[in-house]
Amino acid sequence: MSTVDETAEEGFAINPARVGVYLTLGALVVFFLAPIETGVVTSLKTPDAVSTTSPLVPSVEGFTLDNYATAVSELLPGMVNSLLYAVPATILSALLGSFAAYGLTLTDWRGQIGVLLLFVAGIFIPYQAVLVPLTQFFTVLGLSDLAIWSLLGIDNAYSGIVELIVTHTAYGIPICTILFRSYYKGVSEEMLESARLDGATVRRAYRRIVFPLSTPMFAVVLIYQFTQVWNDLLFALVLVQAESSAAAPVTLILAGLGASQSGTIFGLRMAGAFVAALPTLAVYVLFGEEFAKGVAT
Amino acid sequence: MATFSYVRKLLERVARTASGGTDGAETAATDDDAVSDEAVATDGGDTVATDGGVRQSDGGLRGTLEDRLGEDFLESAPFWLPPFLLVGLFVYGAVIWNAAISLTDYEGFVDPDYGNLDFDMYVQALTSSQVIDAGVNTLVLMIGFTVVALAFGLLIAIVVDRNIRFENTFRTIYLLPMSLSFVVTAQFWLWMYDYDGVLNNSLGLFGLGPIEFIGNQEIVLASVVFALVWQYSGYTMVVYLAALRAIPTEHFEAARVDGASVVKMYWRVIVPQLKSATVSASVVLMVFSLKAFDFLFALVGGYRPPNGADILATKMVREAFQNQNWAYGSAIAILLFLMALSVIGPYLYYEYTNDNL
Repeated sequence: MSTVDETAEEGFAINPARVGVYLTLGALVVFFLAPIETGVVTSLKTPDAVSTTSPLVPSVEGFTLDNYATAVSELLPGMVNSLLYAVPATILSALLGSFAAYGLTLTDWRGQIGVLLLFVAGIFIPYQAVLVPLTQFFTVLGLSDLAIWSLLGIDNAYSGIVELIVTHTAYGIPICTILFRSYYKGVSEEMLESARLDGATVRRAYRRIVFPLSTPMFAVVLIYQFTQVWNDLLFALVLVQAESSAAAPVTLILAGLGASQSGTIFGLRMAGAFVAALPTLAVYVLFGEEFAKGVAT
Repeated sequence: MATFSYVRKLLERVARTASGGTDGAETAATDDDAVSDEAVATDGGDTVATDGGVRQSDGGLRGTLEDRLGEDFLESAPFWLPPFLLVGLFVYGAVIWNAAISLTDYEGFVDPDYGNLDFDMYVQALTSSQVIDAGVNTLVLMIGFTVVALAFGLLIAIVVDRNIRFENTFRTIYLLPMSLSFVVTAQFWLWMYDYDGVLNNSLGLFGLGPIEFIGNQEIVLASVVFALVWQYSGYTMVVYLAALRAIPTEHFEAARVDGASVVKMYWRVIVPQLKSATVSASVVLMVFSLKAFDFLFALVGGYRPPNGADILATKMVREAFQNQNWAYGSAIAILLFLMALSVIGPYLYYEYTNDNL
């Protein structure tokens, strides 16, 4: 903002107000990174070093990679499981959200706002209010009893993955719809209208014009939604339940990791936290801009 | 909701098309509304004319529907209807089903008995001191977290907005915790709050502490709020930053010419213009606070959060999924739902009247 342009004009003169601004920014960096820094440092220490050295300072004698070795071996199956449902669920809810936003924004019929309100409200509903019926629904559906699991020789616990795909897709649609809608509101109506006048059907206008235009928003939505689904614990907990299940997602396993009989092994917990966070951290580092956009909308 | 009757009509039409194939004639014959006036009028003249003669309206019902709801209603239905049905089933259907279960005595591993409905579970919940405590904690967490995260995020946004260098880097760092799972950040904060952790270690340098941040039930809720603020103030910063940048530069300058101090300027001129950003961010934060379940579960690795930090979300899941008191858990869930609704309802109305949807 143009409130503080003085530094630029005055060249390199030290302005106390500017120093204050940068000191504040620095303090904030410390605040936001301290828990992560101590996590990194601790994840590389033996249990002895954890209790005897300062939590913010790396230890040379107490250096170890064992925590990561254990964390990876414990969490790797969970990460595969998480990917198995996070990827399909993300793509499905982004596609369906784009469809819904298109049908509710760039087409012409009355009652759109009414339907839209139901989508928006769906974002804010506390999931606790649907958990019992959700588990009932899948119990009645009985996916785990299907013959296909034994036919394919797959553990029928993987029916939990299918349930998680359906669940995350359904509950992801409202937010994806709203993200796409905010984008479609800015799409030029003249272009669509002239296409429609030239005889393009609603479907054709989507395929030829709207979908290609949506690419940047798809990036935003896919990134946002993948992070949400990967990070979720609640649905995994009630649908897969046991962290010992073959289909247990990474968040479920991490929640139980390190809480051993003899107390909490922090080095292992921290290593586990970083391993579990790896995909979302990678996405964040690579696509920070898109993530910020998804968050802000 | 009027939509349901439209959906029904639509389904009827689909069924007819499938069975008869002679769509136009049959529809017209069965649907007296369509046959008489509208169908004839729209089919021949209007629709064709506006579309440049390419698309043709085929049936009477279709004509009626499009006349009432706009010409794209049926054509766009394949786009919005499937996601709408999915959301309708999983969100609204499930909430209604949940309300039904909460009126039964469903528990254990037998099936729920819908023949005998009463409000016993609600009486039991509202007279239980545990549920009341959890309700109070939920409110404290929701309000405390929302207010602090908003205020802190606004302060960060104001600092970041002062024409700084490396703005992107700073923003990326501040928003980083937001990309992490509650399960992950719970591990970090468990360690931060530990006897050997950073906070007690730093306090020790000044001869203070140690403090039981998690173990002391007087302060555990504040500790949780602090951790959540750490995770989400990056979000409020991004929202406020966008809002600050939408304010015309002249407003900042006008205030400066008037000789107002920086603090006064922000308080009098800028903050009032952040109202709509504040409203939408508060709603999102309140909803996030209801999802603090994941954080509390991961903190202890189990259904029972630390003493003094039990909220309705954790209480509900514990009653239903640990104790198999399904109906009781459902009743608590409905209470939580009503709490959320009291926030969402006015918000949606506000957005609707401001044409922001």
